[in-house]
Amino acid sequence: MVAIARKSTGLNPLDSLRQKVAMPYLLLLPGMLWLLVFFLAPILTLVSTSTKVPGMGIGEFVQQYRWANYWDAITAMQTQFIRTFVYAIIATLLALAISYPLAYAIAFKSGRWKNVLLVLVVAPFFCSFILRTIAWRQILAQDGLVFKTLHSLHLISADTRLTSSAFAVVTGLAYNFLPFMTLPLYASLERIDPRTMEASGDLYANGLTTFRKVTLPLSMPGVVAGTLLTFIPAAGDFVNAQILGNPSTTMIGNVINAQYLQTTNYPLAATLSFILMIAILAIVLVYIRKSGTDELV
Amino acid sequence: MSDASTSAKGDLQLRNITKTYGDFNAVDDLTLTIPEGSFFALLGPSGCGKTTTLRMIAGLEEPTAGTIHVGSTDITDMKPYRRPVNTVFQNYALFPHLSIFENVAFGLRRRGIKDVKEQVDKVLQLVELPHLAERKPTQLSGGQQQRIAVARAIVNRPALLLLDEPLGALDLKLRRQMQIELKWIQTEVGLTFVHVTHDQEEAMTMADTIAVMNEGRIEQMGTPADLYDNPQTAFVANFLGQSNLIQGNVIATDGDSHTVDLFGQKVKVNKNRSVAKDSSILFGIRPEKIRIQENSHTNSGCVLEGGTIVDVSYIGVSTQYQVEMPWGQELMVFEQNDDGIPPLAKGDGVKLSWEPVFSFGLNGHEDASAGSEVNPTEDE
Repeated sequence: MVAIARKSTGLNPLDSLRQKVAMPYLLLLPGMLWLLVFFLAPILTLVSTSTKVPGMGIGEFVQQYRWANYWDAITAMQTQFIRTFVYAIIATLLALAISYPLAYAIAFKSGRWKNVLLVLVVAPFFCSFILRTIAWRQILAQDGLVFKTLHSLHLISADTRLTSSAFAVVTGLAYNFLPFMTLPLYASLERIDPRTMEASGDLYANGLTTFRKVTLPLSMPGVVAGTLLTFIPAAGDFVNAQILGNPSTTMIGNVINAQYLQTTNYPLAATLSFILMIAILAIVLVYIRKSGTDELV
Repeated sequence: MSDASTSAKGDLQLRNITKTYGDFNAVDDLTLTIPEGSFFALLGPSGCGKTTTLRMIAGLEEPTAGTIHVGSTDITDMKPYRRPVNTVFQNYALFPHLSIFENVAFGLRRRGIKDVKEQVDKVLQLVELPHLAERKPTQLSGGQQQRIAVARAIVNRPALLLLDEPLGALDLKLRRQMQIELKWIQTEVGLTFVHVTHDQEEAMTMADTIAVMNEGRIEQMGTPADLYDNPQTAFVANFLGQSNLIQGNVIATDGDSHTVDLFGQKVKVNKNRSVAKDSSILFGIRPEKIRIQENSHTNSGCVLEGGTIVDVSYIGVSTQYQVEMPWGQELMVFEQNDDGIPPLAKGDGVKLSWEPVFSFGLNGHEDASAGSEVNPTEDE
């Protein structure tokens, strides 16, 4: 091997060894540079901005390392933070409830329609995110199908408004991130050997028990991946609350957006961004630890 | 619990079972009784309907017509989880998220048995793997997974244990060992085993009774020795071991034997070893029953003369010859290497002889090559 390598590269054995050691780092270099420039540097800028205080001129901020900014931000925006996570959790659960049967049907019951259905799940991405969100205003409007159906079932009164409500925001969130839930669920369900389910039935488990004891545990990696991929962007979203909500449904994403672009209070915006990031990270870590997915194959 | 999963006992009876997919008959009007406590093998090439039959017994497929009984209990429309039947699946289908102990305990727990430890430990000891109880299935070798799959099924003491090509994924040596072990386990626990396989050697090693299946029907059923010595169809003669089948005519019957004309040479076959319906007969003789000798020898028994050796393969315990006969057909001869005489050579002129008791006669209108083109050792 060495002899062949030397002949083909013209290097002595020591050089080729050096090359072998250096190769992985060389391959990592582009990725590391990317992370450095587009992730680490912005984070540091963000943290440094967050501890600034207003200067003399308008839109001018000076670095004072005022860490109390964080406490101020939390107390000021407590309601929005809580609301954000409540909305995101409800939307995630809603998406899970819709996606699980859908992914199950695609994985096990769709036969030759499998690929068509998978394309349909992704198809909405071919249309603008904003446009689809605005479309929900029409869907939930007074003369829309949802309102009429709920009204005729006497679940809501004629003067209820579905648009510009918390309901609309959560629905929009669940809708927009649905494919992120469905695809990982499908992937993990599809990997399950159907014979393990047959074996469960063979060993005296009825359909429900088979689901509880075999199918669901084996699909947990998909559940965890799907809920994370839905929860994380939903918690940072501001488009749904802006288009489908009202002033009392403001999420933390809207506050950050407003602080950056309208009020131009950069330190507050940076502080809120950083808190949101840390909060999501903490929730995700606890969730992964609790769900014990590392136990699964 | 009073359902059939624990109470039904007795012989398994399939009555006029048919399963059709579209216009394809996977299983065609199959009637079969499997006695309680026996080791029964369904043997046949891929696509013969054996696995479909097994899945219908397990309740994983519904028969298009016919009924299935265990003893006096009709289980035809019973859900799989209510049947007194457990299955060892082809690729074991162990639950990857559960430990070996929980895999084995699964069936017991579903039937509401609280104290499972004693029974699980006992069955793990039976398959000699008690030390692996806390492992996960993926940490086990193929042979170990296979034993756990058996343990997981027999711990429930079903009226019937179904084995779907249980040794197909194992290498040859391990397969031999597991054949002996499965047979031993069956004797030990005394349950009815129904074993589906395409491997004739596996079926013959383990089963008390073999049903040879072809195209959704049972060709012949009997003990391994009976099937081998008295094949009733060309398919069985070729699928179970190898046979030389020669087209001939019965020209005389005296006493208890037929005289058969094979392209001008006369041989004899015992009357009750022939199933030919008229004078047209497929004359059969197994390759290892034939003696091969140079033309100068004098022979007793039946003799066919004028052969030429066209191929010799020395395979240790025996030498296999291909001998071309005057009418153009090539016959196989297996000669034990136990006489110290060096093998004959390619091109030698030979005569073939055998004791008349070994020959058999089949219906002469059958296709002599039926069952020989399927390779029984090939995996599905």
